Amino acid sequence: MKSLAELAAIKAKMQDKVVIREGEGAIRVVVGMATCGIAAGARPVLSTFVEGVANNNLTSKVTVTQTGCIGICQYEPVVEIFEDGKEKVTYVKLDADKAKRIVEEHLVGGKVVNEYTIGEYKKI
Amino acid sequence: MKELSLHILDVAKNSVKAGASLTEISISTDTDGLMTVSITDNGCGMTDEVLKRVTDPFYTTRTTRKVGLGLPLWRLAAEQTGGSFHIESSTEEGRSGTCVTAVFDTKSIDCMPMGDIVSTVVTLISGSPDKDFVFSDNDERNKRSVYLDTRQMREILGDGVSLDALEIQMWMSEYLCEQYENKTEN
Ligand SMILES: Nc1ncnc2c1ncn2[C@@H]1O[C@H](COP(=O)(O)OP(=O)(O)OP(=O)(O)O)[C@@H](O)[C@H]1O
Ligand SMILES: [Mg+2]
Repeated sequence: MKSLAELAAIKAKMQDKVVIREGEGAIRVVVGMATCGIAAGARPVLSTFVEGVANNNLTSKVTVTQTGCIGICQYEPVVEIFEDGKEKVTYVKLDADKAKRIVEEHLVGGKVVNEYTIGEYKKI
Repeated sequence: MKELSLHILDVAKNSVKAGASLTEISISTDTDGLMTVSITDNGCGMTDEVLKRVTDPFYTTRTTRKVGLGLPLWRLAAEQTGGSFHIESSTEEGRSGTCVTAVFDTKSIDCMPMGDIVSTVVTLISGSPDKDFVFSDNDERNKRSVYLDTRQMREILGDGVSLDALEIQMWMSEYLCEQYENKTEN
């Protein structure tokens, strides 16, 4: 049974956590969550990233944040991944399954899933 | 949008945009299956002019200004079930705020499914970790009641832990899901 009291234990654990900062290999996942994104299916995409990062023990290295409209509404749901010393990767037209693959191959495996990037999408 | 929970996310984001420090989402369903969803905030409120625009869909089409579809669609979702829609808002300094109430007849075939309300609540809270939210969902039919108040969470967590930390998001999600599964207790 979950209870509010558990938060104290989570807090204690988080204070011990060594957080990898910008400049040391940190990865930032940004999900577009404006009305356009939500209508296109961004909410399950966001949930998949959050669960994927937590379940793969990546919370010290990867953060997942929400942002407003990224300005390319026709490509929503859109996710941008920022990593030190690397070019930003923009994934477009995502769904929960594609997000799962990005967690496994990009966040865990370190390899960009080219077929879901905006560059590839524009070629079709 | 095909789920009521997605509309709720959209409408509650208006409260955040209006600068609300506290937004309350309350869902209650009576024994006849009549479901009232109210979203109440202490944000800046709406002037009469804005209020007229957001409640009258014909009014909006006549203006040249780009107006959003969030509230008109939410209203439509309620009214198409035979339910109702109502907004109260005040811009009076010190006590400004808005309350959007939508009533749905869940027995109507035109009532959209609720969908993943837990994701909506977690997304909303983690998207604005500095704001407070109170969520409640009471269903008279199966005596189920679900509740989450970020102010209570903050009391335990203190300033050191942000509500958008992934660990906290996972906890909120499990905490709410468990309450939804717990039908008869409480
Ligand atoms: N809770 C609120 N407090 C203050 N003003 C509000 C609130 N909700 C809506 N409004 C006002 O009503 C307008 C219309 O809201 P609506 O959700 O329909 O569209 P939008 O938020 O402008 O755009 P969209 O939701 O389509 O991105 C808002 O722009 C805002 O000015
Ligand atoms: Mg809106």
